[in-house]
Amino acid sequence: MHLLDQHAKAIMEECKVRARNAGLDFDHETLEYIVSNKDMLELSPKVMIPTLYDYWVNDVEVLKEYGKYKLYPTNPYETVINSRPAISFYNDNNPDWMNIMIFYHVIGHIDFFQNNRLFEHTWNDDFVGVALADKRLIESYRSRYGRWTDYVVEFARSIDNITGYFQTLARMNYDGHLEPSSMLNFYFNTFLPDHLKEDEFHIFKEQQRYNTLFDSNPKMAESTFFAQVKSRHPEFESAYKNAADKAPPATDLLEFLIDHSPFLKQEKNRWMKSVMTVIRNTALYFAPQMRTKIVNEGWASYWHDKLFRGDNRIIGHEVAYSALNAGVTSLSRVGLNPYAIGLRLLEYVEELADKGKMSREYQKLILADEKEAFDKKTGNGQEAIYKVREKFSDFMLINTFVNQEFVDRHNLFVTGKRPNPEKGVIEYYVKSRKAEDYKKMLIDSLYHPPVIRADVNKTTNDSLYLVHAFEGKQLIKDFIPEVLIGLNFLWGDEVKLETTEIMVNQKAETEEEMYSLQKVLYACKDKKVTKSKVEENAA
Amino acid sequence: MSNSDKYKDRQNLPEHVVRELELIEKRQESLRDDMSVNTSPYGVNDWEILPGFHEPDLTPIASLKTLEDLLSQDKRREEDGFTRRIRLGKLIKPAPGKKGKIVIVPTTTEPKFYHDDSITQEEETGGSGEGEEGEVIGQQQAEPQQGEGEGQGAGEGDSASHEEGTNAFDLGKVLTEKFKLPNIKDKGKKRALNKFVYDLTDRNRRFGQLLEKKATLKKIVETNILLGNIKPGEPIDTQNFVIGPRDQIFRIMSAERDFETQAVVFFVRDYSGSMQGKPTEAIVTQHLFIYSWLMYQYQNNVLTRFIVHDTEAKEVDNFQQYYQLQVAGGTRVAPAFRLVNKIIAEENLAADYNIYVFYGTDGDDWDSDGKELTEELKKLFPDTSRVGFTVAKNAWGGANKTTVEKTIEKSGFVEKRRDEFRIDDFQAESADENRLIESIKKLVSP
Repeated sequence: MHLLDQHAKAIMEECKVRARNAGLDFDHETLEYIVSNKDMLELSPKVMIPTLYDYWVNDVEVLKEYGKYKLYPTNPYETVINSRPAISFYNDNNPDWMNIMIFYHVIGHIDFFQNNRLFEHTWNDDFVGVALADKRLIESYRSRYGRWTDYVVEFARSIDNITGYFQTLARMNYDGHLEPSSMLNFYFNTFLPDHLKEDEFHIFKEQQRYNTLFDSNPKMAESTFFAQVKSRHPEFESAYKNAADKAPPATDLLEFLIDHSPFLKQEKNRWMKSVMTVIRNTALYFAPQMRTKIVNEGWASYWHDKLFRGDNRIIGHEVAYSALNAGVTSLSRVGLNPYAIGLRLLEYVEELADKGKMSREYQKLILADEKEAFDKKTGNGQEAIYKVREKFSDFMLINTFVNQEFVDRHNLFVTGKRPNPEKGVIEYYVKSRKAEDYKKMLIDSLYHPPVIRADVNKTTNDSLYLVHAFEGKQLIKDFIPEVLIGLNFLWGDEVKLETTEIMVNQKAETEEEMYSLQKVLYACKDKKVTKSKVEENAA
Repeated sequence: MSNSDKYKDRQNLPEHVVRELELIEKRQESLRDDMSVNTSPYGVNDWEILPGFHEPDLTPIASLKTLEDLLSQDKRREEDGFTRRIRLGKLIKPAPGKKGKIVIVPTTTEPKFYHDDSITQEEETGGSGEGEEGEVIGQQQAEPQQGEGEGQGAGEGDSASHEEGTNAFDLGKVLTEKFKLPNIKDKGKKRALNKFVYDLTDRNRRFGQLLEKKATLKKIVETNILLGNIKPGEPIDTQNFVIGPRDQIFRIMSAERDFETQAVVFFVRDYSGSMQGKPTEAIVTQHLFIYSWLMYQYQNNVLTRFIVHDTEAKEVDNFQQYYQLQVAGGTRVAPAFRLVNKIIAEENLAADYNIYVFYGTDGDDWDSDGKELTEELKKLFPDTSRVGFTVAKNAWGGANKTTVEKTIEKSGFVEKRRDEFRIDDFQAESADENRLIESIKKLVSP
């Protein structure tokens, strides 16, 4: 692994100047390294962060990659990480013209990392440096506590995909003073509806009473208001105190364990909390990349194409570039290519905005001919795609812009898969050309971890009670016991998980009869896992 | 140009420029004088100053563990009360017509709470281009695909290329050491090879590579008894000892003819219709493990023969075919062992080799009395080191004994032929790697 030579670096710097002139906006400094294929194999399990903490699973992955490489040697072009300065890795045998295209692509990614709001929590630190400090910390624990460090890493990682990424983002820009005080919150959201079982009308009346007091004297409003509440409901104070003791400020399960686990509170186990925090922060750092794959690749592809085609250094390499670019951005006959879909969607957004189609006026039109002919020549295309780059995730892009026009224009369809026992083959067939089906297929393919939280009302020091919010998909059953055993370790006592499983009735004739839902409760104590049904009325 | 000349030229220059120039000159001079002096405490490092101390290696994977470390760490997990996590997988690159490549790699999965899409979500993906709804646009072989997948796949056993042999050898080593498979009890070295090894085995007086102290001392004592320096009953004064040049005895390099043990393994399996799916997978995986283990035990000197049977038996060329072949026919076990006996007799294998026969079946046999099979096996035993039967039962069979098991039970081989014969059975559906290893232990233990 070594720095790019001066010749190639000069090309990169030239590309940066031109990209900036075109409107992209990113930090001045970047670092480029030449890496061998072997380096790449070793870096990939660490998600290309050279300083990421060591962990045996990564070593297993590296050994597997070596094996794979023996059979299927590959030659990756580049990869870029969201660090400060942004670091990108290259193969050392690319010709100059290819490097220009690749550099533009990389610059697109850097611009995206540094401007898309989903990355906001990564903007203040250089993750490569943070990771190095974390790696040293874990290494120091490893020398003190041996393999138990790796167990803690393992168990923390077993829930690092359900970190509260969006909650963390929301917290960042949240203006605290807009939130009512915790006592008000409790009174209106818990005490009135749950304890007193007041109906909405009464709650509304109470809110009005508070608002009137607030309007006349904002400073004194709360104390006056609660003086009256306490005289009317003497039990309020103790109820509030109870709730405050239990209230979890945690955004996710890892944080909940760190804050509340009786096992981790013991002096001798405190160090585990720092390991868990490292795992959580690392997971949060990677979270936005998983949620912006399509829009990020689309954005980088859009810019490498636009910039390189307008670059005089392309002269003489047009044909070779076309072939390379097509390999990257052409729609697959069967399968999903995030580069292609992302690029097409961005181009579509640009066109809509250029013609003024993102307007009420356009949306009111009904006739296809009128829609087709609509063109206000507003020229807002660039502005629109910059907004997408700043604010959109994959889900938002797909959910907002995949429609029948888009699907038809690019001849897109949902591919189905079915066995043909007579021929002994699996057949791929055109299943649907409807936009709603295509959109659903895209959204189903997106990264979406389950939502699992601790239920504070059912959790005690002896027993941690987790609830899975069922979204139509069950959890992978094979993994549940293993994860629970790890959580059992981190909580120090029994752990329960309430989830929903889908029962399949093989004899059913209609699709509706085929599936039924069953709530189940997993319980893990002393590394033994049991499972029982939960009766609906009880739950 | 002297200093005064220099300053003369500068008189026309503005004063601040002159001052600047002087400063630069002063700095240059001091640099020339103090080339080796470090002006900052942060400018020196151990790796520049200390002899033999090198710059720390900053490669990201400096701490990469070896497979052996990983496996021994994995073993510790059991002692700590957690399940083992590393599995040995095979990666196969298919090469139709020719021999595929196989590498052994470790794999692991991190259990997490993931959504399970397998029930609710149909397998769909995107597509683009022409085609009406419902139109078939492509197809794929429905058989378990050779290749890209990991884990349970076909292997290549014929060990044609060096690389494959090496990998099977490594796997065998791991299996032997980590899973505590027994070592082979040597049945005697059978085959003389024209191979020489060089070792310090011969002795030579006066010169050589390594002084043999004990023998030399004996010679010295002998010499000194003859010279009268050692007298019976009197104290020995070693200072008076005389050491003759011929007293020194050395070891010297010499060529040794080596005898090596070789083994031939017959892998035999039922490939009739009922074997489809799990039973085949279990049997073939187990046979690959056995092959690897023997490769290690015999230091790569293992020949393999592959035989498949339905109602007839036939020999196939390589592991690939052994794994892949599938017919819908019925099942008769005896012909398979008749073929094995025939090959052993025709090629006179028993004279030169340790012979192993491993047979995999789901237990089905149309000869319900099993007489023929019993006869063939009786013929086979005297020539073999071990015959191992694996019965990978299909789920629908329940706990009943299969025809093959009944035949074996009736023959009484398990008790009478303990040295040559072993049998093991399990449910194919639930046979994981550990169960297969367990089974191998049963089949090969002394």
